[in-house]
Amino acid sequence: MLLIPCPFCREDRSEEEFSCAGEAHIARPEKPAELSDHEWGDYLFMRTNPRGPHRELWVHTAGCRRYFNVLRDTVSYEVLVVYEVGQPPPDPPGGDES
Amino acid sequence: MHGFAGDTLASALLANGVSRVATSFKYGRPRGVVGHGAEEPNAIVQLGQGGASVPNLRATQVELYDGLDARPCSRSKAQRLAGTFGRFMPAGFYYKTFMGAPQRWTAGVARPTALWTASEHVLRRATGLGRVPAGNDPDTYDRFNRHCDVLVVGAGPAGLAAALEAARSGARILIADEQAELGGSLLDGSYSLGGEHASKWVADAVAELASSADVDLLPRSTVAGYYDHNFLTIVERRTDHLGLVAANGTRQRLHRVRAGQVVLATGAIERPLVFANNDRPGVMMASSVSSYLNRYAVAVGDELLLFTANDHAYRTALDWQRAGLAVAAVVDCREAPEGGLVDAVRGAGTRVITGHAVTEASGRRRVTGAMIAPLGPGADSLTAAPQHIACDVIACSGGWSPTLHLSSQTGTRPRWHESAVAFLPGDLGKRALCAGAVAGARSLRDCLEQGALAGATAASRAGFGSGRTTFTAPETDEPSQAPSRALFLVPHPKPVSRAPKQFVDFQLDVTAADIELAAREGYTSVEHVKRYTALGFGTDQGKLGNVNGVAILARTLDQDIATTGTTMFRPAYTPVTFGAIAGRDVGEFHDPERHTPMHAWHASHGAMWEDVGRWKRPWYYPRPGETMQDAVNRECLAARDAVAVLDASTLGKTDIQGTDAAEFLDRVYTIGFRKLAVGRCRYGLMLREDGTIFDDGVTARLAENRYLMHTTTGNAEAVFAWLERWHQTEWPELDVYLTSVTDHWATTALVGPESRAVLARVCDDIDLSRDAFRFMDVREGHVAGIAARVFRISFSGELSFEVNVCAQHGRQVWDAIVEAGGEFGITPYGTEAMHVLRAEKGFIIVGQDSDTTTTPHDAGMDWVVRRNKPFGFLGDRSLDVSDHRREDRLQLVGLATTDEDTVLPEGGQLVDKPEAEAPVPMAGHVTSSYHSARLGRSIALAMVKSGTTRLGDTLHCPLADGRTVSAKIVSPVFYDPDGERQNV
Repeated sequence: MLLIPCPFCREDRSEEEFSCAGEAHIARPEKPAELSDHEWGDYLFMRTNPRGPHRELWVHTAGCRRYFNVLRDTVSYEVLVVYEVGQPPPDPPGGDES
Repeated sequence: MHGFAGDTLASALLANGVSRVATSFKYGRPRGVVGHGAEEPNAIVQLGQGGASVPNLRATQVELYDGLDARPCSRSKAQRLAGTFGRFMPAGFYYKTFMGAPQRWTAGVARPTALWTASEHVLRRATGLGRVPAGNDPDTYDRFNRHCDVLVVGAGPAGLAAALEAARSGARILIADEQAELGGSLLDGSYSLGGEHASKWVADAVAELASSADVDLLPRSTVAGYYDHNFLTIVERRTDHLGLVAANGTRQRLHRVRAGQVVLATGAIERPLVFANNDRPGVMMASSVSSYLNRYAVAVGDELLLFTANDHAYRTALDWQRAGLAVAAVVDCREAPEGGLVDAVRGAGTRVITGHAVTEASGRRRVTGAMIAPLGPGADSLTAAPQHIACDVIACSGGWSPTLHLSSQTGTRPRWHESAVAFLPGDLGKRALCAGAVAGARSLRDCLEQGALAGATAASRAGFGSGRTTFTAPETDEPSQAPSRALFLVPHPKPVSRAPKQFVDFQLDVTAADIELAAREGYTSVEHVKRYTALGFGTDQGKLGNVNGVAILARTLDQDIATTGTTMFRPAYTPVTFGAIAGRDVGEFHDPERHTPMHAWHASHGAMWEDVGRWKRPWYYPRPGETMQDAVNRECLAARDAVAVLDASTLGKTDIQGTDAAEFLDRVYTIGFRKLAVGRCRYGLMLREDGTIFDDGVTARLAENRYLMHTTTGNAEAVFAWLERWHQTEWPELDVYLTSVTDHWATTALVGPESRAVLARVCDDIDLSRDAFRFMDVREGHVAGIAARVFRISFSGELSFEVNVCAQHGRQVWDAIVEAGGEFGITPYGTEAMHVLRAEKGFIIVGQDSDTTTTPHDAGMDWVVRRNKPFGFLGDRSLDVSDHRREDRLQLVGLATTDEDTVLPEGGQLVDKPEAEAPVPMAGHVTSSYHSARLGRSIALAMVKSGTTRLGDTLHCPLADGRTVSAKIVSPVFYDPDGERQNV
């Protein structure tokens, strides 16, 4: 069970308080009507599912109910960085994280 | 039978001369105790009777108490049946026989054969071990959440040394061990430390730990699971050693531990040697023979033959001799073993036969001797014919396999170390360390020193101490040890497939021949072989057999063990009771119920309940002698003809405020809210981004910048989270504040032609007249003297007022309305009548008539969709995708059965030509179906392909009993299509 530092509560809390809301930085297109079916389908359904660092949207459901982003390694499950919605995605920290 | 305090069930059985404790799973062979701890595969017992009964316990870990009542888990008629034809069950038997051979000409899923269908009930009972207890568990259990700086798993020499070092740094320590006493392997052997018996060192260590305020010692506590981010579960057995049911307090506790650092000092499990008939009672692990002798004063036989591939097991021969018992021989598979222990055994005059192996155990019900033969250099052949040696115990030691179950649970792949002849834990990262035998240490001194270093390191990583250790290991009496020999399958004069069975996994009866067969049939992945042969699939998770199985597979595939790899282990390390997992979340706490403020009234008026989410809602209120249909008919007719009352408090309610509230609603609903006048309501559909219907409900504008949104009962939390998500992630610039007020308001829905008259009796400050209080108006005033919001909205098609008051006044207002309605024959109605009333009007229930593929157009609800809003709305774009514009989509229609009295089953499939050859193309399915008392006939809603263009067509619904019901496609609005009844 993951231990997730909530950037708003400023505490490490247990995964059972949170919900994962899927991949982060999936911006809603500003003018959906101008997109082709294919482009709109990409927005709706296509996700990256990488092996390694992955940017995810989480919400502190049983806490402050705030959404925030998590950079999480999908292999080691390490939570690398948490950051607020609207901030640019950080680079995965390099080096010796295990 | 009798035993002594401190005995386990296994030691007591052995002391009483019980050599057969089980009948094997597949072949029905006699089995005896093999081990002395968690690894025991055979002596699996069920304790007690009735609700308190506990299956699936290892007799080696059951502490004896007065009146203990145990029986083998494997004893049943079905089990014996499996035994009689078991000799014909090769690897993959279940798969081949019951799933049918893969058929090349039928692509797709294999179907269970007729034989499986016929034998399933017998085999289901035969598989698995033990019986589900009958009745409720009388015990209580606790669940703890805990934190510590360092968790030490295992209190053997390495674990105790780690805990001592870590505790001296001031860190908070938890140390858990599955045994009743701390000390681990030191309890079993005849070791000396610092010139004294090792028990003295253990006692001193435990005393020091116990005196430290920051150390919590947990004996009888199994660390069962190791999950992400150092979350571990520990099952503490508080009273199991005293009796079946706890005299007072809780029986077990589940500690849910979040540890800063973990030290795994889980030790190692001795590995059996695989030879013919190696499952005969009397064949045991060497360390177990020693343990029973040294710790329990039980000699497991009279004449011992030791079969070993290493020096350590020579201790068993010495222990046996010291007890004055006869050692027939020591058979060592190594050519020239030498070292202190070997010399000591030789010096005692014991015959040591080197370069030999036990090829077969003789005896049927119990060992009567061993066949031994000289091994060829590659250990894959014998160089002479076997000779017989008489004995009644064969103690085996193939080496030691580190107990890497917990490290493996973290996802870390174990790595094969050729020099250690063992899989060792992989890289555990920065939050865990291994120490002692689990890390490959072979001497007691190494275990102690590794443990101390790990304890100091873990404490330092957790922020305590320097990480340097001051520990000096006490003097040990260990002679140097020569390397072990890797021997995983002893050759037999006959080939593996013809030799007597050579068991690898005792619990599931997996033999060396099974593994070779699997490899010959093309299974090359160890994970596949595991599933095909069931190797390691038992409740013991292959603690004894796994490494031998992997090695035999590797040899058959002609690859090395490192390439073959090992299977993963998963929680729990040993079986965990459901009681410990559930803790106090049982009975009424299992799944909390939500009750409305009027709940007690419903209960006292005989309501039958329907579960809607966690809510208990009245389903219908039967009067004496009424069937459900009678009651529903009466409730429906009351609403249509007079007045009826419904508790609608469970509807989701969200208070939405802010200067952008209207804009926000415009974006989440298909319809517009900007121009909605204050005091008016509007029905909206909420779509997912893919254009399908997510929720529906009525939203009222209470003030310029304040709205009250109603959602469906079951979707309230999901809709609220959906609104929060869009506000926080995409539209944080909108000035909107969302508050869930579902529980704040109690809602009494007053329905029917007389509802206005009833409401007028209890409300004198709202003008209820037709033109002053129009359909879809909301007014504030007082009902029964309580401040109320009254909505003139309707889910039944009748004149209807929904009265919302603060929850604490809900019952009072309900009572007043029911009393005021007395002379009009006011009738309470439940969710079933509510469903019938709305179906008569063709109103959908989201999630019943719609599913996650239904668009507004499919549901005939284009009238709620405004495509010209400036921003659009969620799901807007998806309404135009090509798939959603297909004309043959499932569309909402009504169905009128040809026979008016036949009610279609909900979920029934609809076809055009029931007599057509299977598979018959589906035309659609029934979503809602009722008998309508008002219409005097059966009505149904259905989703039908191209349904809206097929009015008047006849469809057929084949039933499970062979009948077929025909029905005509009609409009989904069965009653009052022009809506005149609510416009009065």
